[in-house]
Amino acid sequence: MSQDIQRYVTADRVNHWIVAILFVILSLTGLAFFHPSFFFLSNVLGGPVWARILHPFLGIVMAISFVGLARRVWHENFIKPVDIEWLKRIEEVINNEDGPDSLPIGKYNAGQKLMFWTMIGSVALLLVTGFVIWRAYFAEFFPIPVIRFAMVIHMLAGFTGILALIIHVYAAIWVKGTLRAMTRGTVDANWAKHHHPEWFKEQTGAK
Amino acid sequence: MISSDIKRRSATTTPPPQVREQVEVAKLIDVSKCIGCKACQSACMEWNDLRDEVGENIGVYDNPNNLTESSWTVMRFSEIEEAGKLEWLIRKDGCMHCEDPGCLKACPSPGAIVQYSNGIVDFNQEHCIGCGYCVAGCPFDIPRISEKDSKAYKCSLCSDRVAVGQEPACVKACPTGSIMFGTKEGMIHQAEERIEDLKERGYENAGLYNPAGVGGTHVMYVLHHADKPELYHGLPKDPTISPMVSIWKGVTKPLLSIGLGLAVLGGFFHYITKGPKEVHADDHPNKEGA
Repeated sequence: MSQDIQRYVTADRVNHWIVAILFVILSLTGLAFFHPSFFFLSNVLGGPVWARILHPFLGIVMAISFVGLARRVWHENFIKPVDIEWLKRIEEVINNEDGPDSLPIGKYNAGQKLMFWTMIGSVALLLVTGFVIWRAYFAEFFPIPVIRFAMVIHMLAGFTGILALIIHVYAAIWVKGTLRAMTRGTVDANWAKHHHPEWFKEQTGAK
Repeated sequence: MISSDIKRRSATTTPPPQVREQVEVAKLIDVSKCIGCKACQSACMEWNDLRDEVGENIGVYDNPNNLTESSWTVMRFSEIEEAGKLEWLIRKDGCMHCEDPGCLKACPSPGAIVQYSNGIVDFNQEHCIGCGYCVAGCPFDIPRISEKDSKAYKCSLCSDRVAVGQEPACVKACPTGSIMFGTKEGMIHQAEERIEDLKERGYENAGLYNPAGVGGTHVMYVLHHADKPELYHGLPKDPTISPMVSIWKGVTKPLLSIGLGLAVLGGFFHYITKGPKEVHADDHPNKEGA
């Protein structure tokens, strides 16, 4: 008697995947300039010079798209007492134990909320510092010590964002029935009831 | 220079070819002998086929008034007062060819910046991607990015001339012998003799500028006021590669890269050991209404 519940409307999904595709391209080209062992990744944009030219422009498009996505989901991402409880039981979550699933979790659990705020922080820092180190148009307006500092922040924010991305992607592989929320827009009712009981109630008006 | 003469290579983690051992060279600029004629600037333009845009006079003798992608060396004129006397200090500015080059450390493009075994630091523009990291890495504010081609340029110490046993063009052109070229050891010796002279003539703080913070340089100055290098148009007293650059391009690079690799592996092995999180149709834990 399983039915589908809408989790993301078409516009949500399109917005998400624009951000996702750009984020991956930016991560790969960013890594190319970060460590020589990743230098070959600059080929995803047609070689190192093209990667250097395009990376900042794509970064701006990504940041704008990210704002669009964040506006769609931010109101579901405030940290609540239940999230603290969930985080305290993170070990059970990681061990695939069902215990914490009984907590009254809304549309997003604490892990997803932390993902959201981590991404907000790193995208904001990447955008600001990205302008400072954009040699072709903006770097000349900043003193060299400021550029050096911005380089370090850009690197750390990029690292944090990529790490968060790896966790985000793995979570979607790990928790079965999740990926279709972002590909088809719907989730199975049992999935919703199990992982996001409060949200399930809101959606279905169930008991 | 040939490819087996490379001692350091940007964005390269394996050892460069290093069997051939060249003797280290250095250019010695005796500031106390410089008359500011700019013959070195002209010779640099001529040998390297550089023609800068004609700029604006901003009321000082510096012409052009800064280094550019087409002006690899510039005479810097400083009017200062020392011990109640007006002094006109003239310093030939340009790449210092650091033994530990900040530009090379910062460069992300393999082989775009190399250091030859004789100590010369050279930019290979065909590998340059135009990111400007070398500008941030340099402790002396030397590299310039061309607006025409987005490549980085700076003094090459005439590596092409040196490779065939000639001195750099600026050395050849200097009419007062203020610019000298030879082995690094020989130049240090030469400098020491000159410093003795200067001290005898009352410049008691005369000394050699060969800053240890960057491992020494392959362009060195004899300064009459070596205790205050800043007098010479802001020559840094104790230049080092900025700690920011060391954080950015030092140990964090491999550590964070390994961190990302471990995150991916961690996910994989979590899946292999703990398995997926699945919800079965008959699996409704504890829901109050279930």
